[in-house]
Amino acid sequence: MDTQLKPAEKPLWREEFSVFKNDERYVTRRQLTKFLTLTSLAMFAGNAWVLVRSRLRGRAAPLPRLPIARVGEIPVDGVKLFQYPHPGEQCILVRLGDTRYAAYSQKCTHLSCAVYYARESRELVCPCHNGHFSVWDGSVLQGPPTRPLPAVRLERQGDELLAIGLSNSGAG
Amino acid sequence: MALIVILLIVQIWLLSATLDAYLSGHDDVVLPGAIVSGLLFAACAGLYSFVHRIESDAIKNRDSG
Repeated sequence: MDTQLKPAEKPLWREEFSVFKNDERYVTRRQLTKFLTLTSLAMFAGNAWVLVRSRLRGRAAPLPRLPIARVGEIPVDGVKLFQYPHPGEQCILVRLGDTRYAAYSQKCTHLSCAVYYARESRELVCPCHNGHFSVWDGSVLQGPPTRPLPAVRLERQGDELLAIGLSNSGAG
Repeated sequence: MALIVILLIVQIWLLSATLDAYLSGHDDVVLPGAIVSGLLFAACAGLYSFVHRIESDAIKNRDSG
C-alpha cells in the first residue's frame, strides 16, 4: 500500500495507475456505481434515439412507385426478386394464384438472413434459424423471429405490377 | 448497489422491448418507454449521488479521525 501520501492528498492518477498491482485492480463502490449510472444513461439515450426516429418516420418522404414485374411473367408458385424501395433492399415477389400476388422484404426479421419461398409448404423460410413466415400475410409461423415480414404493397396498372409502399403487417 | 443493478436490468429490457415495438411499426409505446427510462435513469443517478455522499463523509471522517 502507498503510505507516503494521505488518501485525501493522493491524486486520481496515482489511485488509477498504482505501482501496487492489488491497488490498481481494486474497484471502489463509488467507481462501480458511477459505471452503472453511466450505463443507465446510455440506455436512456437509446430510448431517446428510438423516440426521435419514430417522430421522424412520420415525416419521411413517400416511397417511390416502382414497376417490378409484368402480369403473367412468373408462373403460379413462382418467385421474382427485386429491390425496393432503394437499391440493396432485397424483396421477393410470389405469385400465389392466377391473379393473386404477394411481395415481402426478403430480410428475415430475426437476424436479417435472406428468406426463400418453399413451394412444398407454401411458406417463406429463413434457412439460418429455421424461421417460417406465412406467404399470405407475412406473419411468423414458427422459429425465433418475433416480427412479421414487412409486406410490399402492390398495385396493378394494366399489365404491370407496381410496388407502391411498405407495411409492417399484412400482405400487399 | 443491488438496487441500481435491478433498475439497470429493467432499463435494458425496456430498451429492447421499445426497439422491438418500434421496428414492428407500433409507435404508441415509444414515448412512454422513453419517459419510464428517463425516470429509471434519474433513480440511478439519485442512488449514485447518495452513495457518493456516504463515501465522501466516510473518507472525511477517516482522515480527520
